[in-house]
Amino acid sequence: MSEIELTQIKTEGRLSRPSTPSRARTNRAAQRTFFIITLVPVVLIIIVATALVVRAYPILNSYSFSELLFGDIWRPNDGQFGFLPFILGTLWVTTVGVLLAVPPCLLVSVYLAEYAHNRLRTIAKPILDVLAAIPPVVYGVWGLLSIVPFVDDVLAPLSERWLGSIPFLAVTQPTGFGILAGGIVLAVMIAPLIISVIFEVLSTVPNDLRHAALAVGATQWQTIRTIVLPQVLPGIVAAIVLGASRALGETIAVLMVVGNVPQIPTSVFDTAYPLPALIANNYGEMMSIPLYDAALLGAALVLLVVILIFNILSTLVLQRFLRRS
Amino acid sequence: MKNNNYAQGGVPAAASAEDGGRSNRIKFQKKHFERRHIVELFIKTIMRIALLIVAGALGLILWTIISRGLPSLSWEMVSQVPKGGYYMGKGGGILNAIIGSAYLATGGTFLAMLLSVPIALYLKAYLGKSRWGEYVRLSLDVLWGIPSIVYGAFGFALMILLGMRASLLAGIIVLALVELPIMTRAMDEVIRRMPADLEHAALALGSTKFEVALNVVTRQMLPGIITAILLAFGRGIGDAASVLFTAGYTDRITTSLMNPTASLPLAVFFQLGSPYPEVRERGYAAALILTIIVLLVSFGSRWLSARLNRYTIK
Repeated sequence: MSEIELTQIKTEGRLSRPSTPSRARTNRAAQRTFFIITLVPVVLIIIVATALVVRAYPILNSYSFSELLFGDIWRPNDGQFGFLPFILGTLWVTTVGVLLAVPPCLLVSVYLAEYAHNRLRTIAKPILDVLAAIPPVVYGVWGLLSIVPFVDDVLAPLSERWLGSIPFLAVTQPTGFGILAGGIVLAVMIAPLIISVIFEVLSTVPNDLRHAALAVGATQWQTIRTIVLPQVLPGIVAAIVLGASRALGETIAVLMVVGNVPQIPTSVFDTAYPLPALIANNYGEMMSIPLYDAALLGAALVLLVVILIFNILSTLVLQRFLRRS
Repeated sequence: MKNNNYAQGGVPAAASAEDGGRSNRIKFQKKHFERRHIVELFIKTIMRIALLIVAGALGLILWTIISRGLPSLSWEMVSQVPKGGYYMGKGGGILNAIIGSAYLATGGTFLAMLLSVPIALYLKAYLGKSRWGEYVRLSLDVLWGIPSIVYGAFGFALMILLGMRASLLAGIIVLALVELPIMTRAMDEVIRRMPADLEHAALALGSTKFEVALNVVTRQMLPGIITAILLAFGRGIGDAASVLFTAGYTDRITTSLMNPTASLPLAVFFQLGSPYPEVRERGYAAALILTIIVLLVSFGSRWLSARLNRYTIK
């Protein structure tokens, strides 16, 4: 089309009128098509949620919410579907992962945003990109080979010796598989996301504010602590919530190191059985037992609802922040 | 001394030198300054340590995967399909999984591209910063956050509804859903950074918005678009949870869209679950192969984007 136009411009010296309506028509047609395609992401969320509700309906229909969410016995063969051990397992692993990830991530992102040379930033970014690009299953292999033995050989004896009396740190089982191993793997997995989001948020703070604080004699850390961080606190919280929601849904890597025993954990050394692992582990046999598939898709639904809430809240906060820049 | 540490000025030292450092006020100030400089130094040190921990984690992961995977890595592993009893330690390789993953990720990426290029262009050319544009971005971010196991479960629910069995096609469709938000948001981010003057110039010459999107935005932003596609491809090739239900697994190289297919992440996963040590060792090697592929894609996209960047208008 553009070639035809060019020749027309050459011959007539101006955009030829006859071609304009067809171009306008193309434009309108494209706009309409693009608009319909743009509906896909919006509609997709609804479709995913609806499909899970429909498939989980049998179990939602035959058990009450409290029976499902607070029941602590999981015996699909006997028709007992208590999600509590899995929900608590998910919460434990996620909490440990986020607690381990947040302090270093906060320090690193503040360092990269406020202190570091541009040269260091250009080195750090590829490192974070590579960390983000490593597939979950590779994290799982790393967890199996390094973290599980590390927990078993180093952390468990240390904790047994010095911290055994603290309730959540009692060493309960001798293999290294468990919440702590899962949490460490998760912490490394969500670190690149948290660091890059906090870095983005920090870079929305106008430089004038920093300069004003520095001009009255504050050190750089005083400037960060009293001027920069309070400004972006909601954004930092949102970044952490975003990381937590990513951790909630992580499946394969956690499944490989967390032990997968459906019990209610009482210590970080306990094994756990998070919801995603439950879904992934039982897809094979789920069609053979009545209501089993509905229960597993119900587990996916629980996961989806929690993550949607986390996600929408943090995304709204972050969008407000990042629009500022 | 670093150029941007302008706060660490020599003010206290200079002031005390002028007064001889005798008066109490100056002494107090000096003490005060010293304390906060110690805090500054302390904070900076632990920040550097944190940076080292994060970088060290990456090093540790790569070192673990390489040192444990390399001994079992052989040409046989990447050039043959599993022979009978492969999962009990007999011969063969995981070519079926490598090819299967390539099929899955290529198909998924292509499908996601069909949707995400128009969405990203529409966001740029027609929506800009409008409210509807914000809704679309919000929903993409939310989709990005949905874990792949939930997409897998969704795909499985859909397959039951349609009476489909686990197949390459189902895996491709679910993988496209996983990749769609990643790709679109990455494209959107780069396209948004396009200089407004360029768009205005094209519009001022009488182009329609569609022509701007098609002829100006896509060319100017080609490096970013390709990076986004490769980013999503890398994510797709490594994703296990979504294809677990939908693509199934097989020891053969898939020849039809309707047949199940193997994938590399699941090959790693299944081999590690084996009670035979030699099979687990090959699982580590498979993890190394997967890591190498993903890193190649990641570095390749960086290289390509830098190369293509030379041809855009700065």
